[in-house]
Amino acid sequence: MAEVKMNNQAVLDKLQLKFADAIFNVSEPHDMLTLTTTKDKVIDVIQFLYNDEELKFRFLTDICGVHYPEQELALGVIYHLHSLTNNIRIRIKVFLPESTPRIKTLTGLFLGANWMERETYDFFGIIFEGHPDLRRILNVDDMVAFPMRKEFPLEDPNRTDKNDDYFGR
Amino acid sequence: MAHIKLGDNSLEKETTTLNLGPTHPATHGVFQNILELDGERIVSAQSTIGYIHRAFEKIAEHRPFYQITPLTDRLNYCSAPINNMGWHMTVEKLLGIQTPKRVDYMRIIAMELSRIADHLVCNSVIGVDSGAFTGFLYVFQKREDIYEIFEEICGSRLTTNMGRIGGFERDFNDIAIAKIKKFIAEFPDVMKEFENLFNRNRIFIDRCVGVTPVSAEKALSYSWTGPLLRSCGVDYDVRVAKPYCSYEEFEFEIPVGTTGDIYDRFLVRNEEMWQSLSIIKQALVKMENEPKGVFNAEVPDYCLPPKEDVYSSMESLIYHFKIVMGEVPVPKAEIYHSVEGGNGELGFYLITDGGRAPFRLHFRRPSFINYQAYTDIAKGGMISDAILAMSSLNVIAGELDA
Repeated sequence: MAEVKMNNQAVLDKLQLKFADAIFNVSEPHDMLTLTTTKDKVIDVIQFLYNDEELKFRFLTDICGVHYPEQELALGVIYHLHSLTNNIRIRIKVFLPESTPRIKTLTGLFLGANWMERETYDFFGIIFEGHPDLRRILNVDDMVAFPMRKEFPLEDPNRTDKNDDYFGR
Repeated sequence: MAHIKLGDNSLEKETTTLNLGPTHPATHGVFQNILELDGERIVSAQSTIGYIHRAFEKIAEHRPFYQITPLTDRLNYCSAPINNMGWHMTVEKLLGIQTPKRVDYMRIIAMELSRIADHLVCNSVIGVDSGAFTGFLYVFQKREDIYEIFEEICGSRLTTNMGRIGGFERDFNDIAIAKIKKFIAEFPDVMKEFENLFNRNRIFIDRCVGVTPVSAEKALSYSWTGPLLRSCGVDYDVRVAKPYCSYEEFEFEIPVGTTGDIYDRFLVRNEEMWQSLSIIKQALVKMENEPKGVFNAEVPDYCLPPKEDVYSSMESLIYHFKIVMGEVPVPKAEIYHSVEGGNGELGFYLITDGGRAPFRLHFRRPSFINYQAYTDIAKGGMISDAILAMSSLNVIAGELDA
């Protein structure tokens, strides 16, 4: 079978051809193609990766959030996609401002995105527009904070019996 | 028989709401499902999870590497060594540590033993839930044997905290090797007996065949991995797709099903146990061909020194202290590493910023991702089938809720 082996460069070329102005910060940490895109384009990018007859990124490995408090766009959503036919992975990042952490949902493309997005909402407060059931999932419903944000303390900040300086925390 | 029609303003409903869980004896863990029932048939269902959420990802942001290993134990506690080694391999990838071949083989033995233990629990519990208790009792003896091997290797049984960055804390001793060989010799008979009890059992087949089938498309859309995905006919296995820990040197097959029903899930796990046994045999032979006494990579900065040295030599004490407190150099990096866990692809997404603790650590937990399909596949079926479907998904509450 005359199969052309897909590699990261080929994936990137295709993406840059299609979304020239929306792909930036491209890198390859530990051989995984990593790129950043904008919140308006991300669903289109993933849809393109899904539909393309050669790429076939049709498996959503994971969605998770990340918080960089010192960045202007502080909240990140990170998608890990996997093309099972080509056996390559891609990591797509989108950064959002803390004031309006809104992004479109991926549930229309992958059924599995439902709980992954709920988890990301629960811990980072990122709102996925169009999600069918965006509620907290692991934390209690009446919690007001988003606990994986960096400002949320691990322990009760009023404790006086422990000096964290000794523990490097 | 026609249903009684209720008026629009009636306080009664045509369906019954039933709270299944969170501590129902048939659910093997803390799972709550609120079912809308029409007679015994499930009209709709809603899962509530998070009852044993322990904030592992938040805690991990405040801990050095070795203090994260016990957290991984408590994800899928039916196959803790796989989680431990997956985490240690992630850190090795971060630090660029190359492990000796013998270490890889030792790890494979531990990981495949835990895969067998994991599948034994799941498959025998499918038996229990369909009314066949005998198989469960038979195979739990073998699970006990596996835990005794773990005891020899690392000193603990369930939450093992096994291994170190770069390998193991000590070599497999003679008793451990003897116990592994004994297990290899005895397991086939038990497994055959187990299969004889179930595979062609009329009652078992009636309960399982064609119940809650899942198509390959749906399984992929739900991001299913592991035996569940393979039972739907997709041959995705991390050990083959992205070999880690020298799996590429081993001969084994990936069993796949066709319909993705409970029976297929059961058969796929059974076959995987046979394959795991074959891998353990190969690994033991390969291990014996390697130079004796090598059980970790030479990385004194990251591998805890032997306890006797910590008590007697200043240098070891310093290393011990520095490693435990996280006073070791950590490069800035971003890593996704995944291993084939007992119930699917267990991924570790690690971002470090040079500090002693991860900046962000996300666990891709197969139980969490697999379980969200549950209400979907249980809908329209009988309540007793839903119970069986839940056991066949092999969802472990600790991994589900993190």
